[in-house]
Amino acid sequence: MLVAVVLRLVPDLSGEFEIADDGKDIDREWVGMRLNEFDDHALEEAILLKEAEGATVIALALAGEGADRMLQSAIARGADRAVKISHSAEGGLSSRAAAPVIAAAVRQLGVELVLTGVQTPEDLFGQLAPYLGATLDWPHVSAVGGLRAAGAGIEVQQEYSGGVAATLRLRLPAVIGVQTASQPPRYVSGSKLRQAMSEPIAVLESDAMPAADTAEILALREPARSGEAVMLEGDAETVADKLHDLLVERGLVRA
Amino acid sequence: MSDILVHIETRAGAIQPVSFELLTAARELAGATGMKVEALVAAAAPQEVAGQLGAADRVLAVAHPALEPYTPEAHATVLAETVRLRDPAIVLLGYSSVGLDLAPNLAVRTGRPLVSYCVKLAAAGDTIEAESLVYGGKLRATTRAKLPAIFAVTPGSYAEAQTGAAPPEILDLTPPDAINKLRTAFVSETRPPPGAVDLTQADRILCVGRGIADKDSIALAEEVAAALGAEIAGSRPVIDAGWLPKERQVGKSGCKVKPKLYIAAGVSGAPEHLEGMSGAELIIAINSDAKAPIFRVAHYGTTCDLFDFLPALGELLKSGGTG
Repeated sequence: MLVAVVLRLVPDLSGEFEIADDGKDIDREWVGMRLNEFDDHALEEAILLKEAEGATVIALALAGEGADRMLQSAIARGADRAVKISHSAEGGLSSRAAAPVIAAAVRQLGVELVLTGVQTPEDLFGQLAPYLGATLDWPHVSAVGGLRAAGAGIEVQQEYSGGVAATLRLRLPAVIGVQTASQPPRYVSGSKLRQAMSEPIAVLESDAMPAADTAEILALREPARSGEAVMLEGDAETVADKLHDLLVERGLVRA
Repeated sequence: MSDILVHIETRAGAIQPVSFELLTAARELAGATGMKVEALVAAAAPQEVAGQLGAADRVLAVAHPALEPYTPEAHATVLAETVRLRDPAIVLLGYSSVGLDLAPNLAVRTGRPLVSYCVKLAAAGDTIEAESLVYGGKLRATTRAKLPAIFAVTPGSYAEAQTGAAPPEILDLTPPDAINKLRTAFVSETRPPPGAVDLTQADRILCVGRGIADKDSIALAEEVAAALGAEIAGSRPVIDAGWLPKERQVGKSGCKVKPKLYIAAGVSGAPEHLEGMSGAELIIAINSDAKAPIFRVAHYGTTCDLFDFLPALGELLKSGGTG
């Protein structure tokens, strides 16, 4: 089974960031980027499938800053090959815009199963897995928490609210949006990572056109600060004291 | 083209709360635009739930055994066919596992704009201006989409519409032929094991998030939870890391809880988490990031280090007791 796992870098907003001058995006020049956390789970699930079934795993990404390093890390994790898609679009692409470009690469590579993270924090115009599935006219499932090969196809666990899950069987080819891998993403040693930094990355030239974004961003800003929590100030012991008093006052604990 | 189509989500024969919330959003938009509200129920026996959808002007009922239990392919096929037949100006879906499957699929099949993670929709001429929470709730985006368009609305953004009254009209639609040639099949359903903790019944919850940093620190939180008579719970990153069992997850892919007391320790408060706990009576948040979205739903908050705070609170609780 030839499996592609689509990896994406996303802005890391746990650190410092600013809104761009036009007020419609974050300032991408300064913000740190990291592997989309759900893509990390998708990669883990692909490697587990390789270990269980002998699948061949291609780590796939759109060309761009940081893509080489991300793909090489995927090889350190256990991917067999890394491919980056060189395309004509300038700047970042939304999942909707990227879908035709990635779909064309998937066809060109002869992939039977595509895994990617269920969503990114910036999927304002929708998520990649269903966009890819619909573009390729392949069956697709999102919010997947584990999968396995089953006969000529695969079985996936789709998760719903309240701890309910369903097992669905899909014929291949198919696209899966992974939410949680069957086990937490594995740790890779620094030496293994360094070793992978010399791994070659194949370049796939794509002349597929990105889709147009069909809605317009008017503004991006921090939400209003109204309705905020009452902040308890002081060192940890002072705050714990204040909070304890509050719980006593509410009858939740005894003095 | 003049109507609003609401995709109704059912599970085990019950309409999901988010669908009633979508009906409220649809009624608001209908009031502003004069559009009618149509609710699509695609199920094995849609008549069984159609009677609860009085908030719609019309129920569109599509009956087929392949529609229940849910598979993305069967429902995407019916939804696309319904949109082709009815040509609604606005399609509303919930941002749930089901909405994640269906909304982008419909956008590709129809070429219509899609805006996700919506918390508010407002009609403006032949467009909709939507407010969405992105980047884990840290930023709010305002977008404009020209109609016809599709919107995926985050659960908890609107109050639930009234149930009970019957809809004025039920229109039966025939499922498309493609529903007989599906490549996706339902195999089985799993539910939390009997005897597993049921967080929805807990009246005190101490929930730990990514800020707890490692598995060993869970013990620290468990000690405080025990002293407080609270159930320990985790946000998605903690559950995904395998530090707590799945049945202790709060949020979109876990439980929706409404305890008397909810302490969130090291939880950032992404919209997916907030939809599971924002109804708690008293919410206390501990997070070193003063900009964490959890502080927008918490009643009390502190930015002090949780590894200092939890032991300090634990000591005070042990010298007192639970009320």
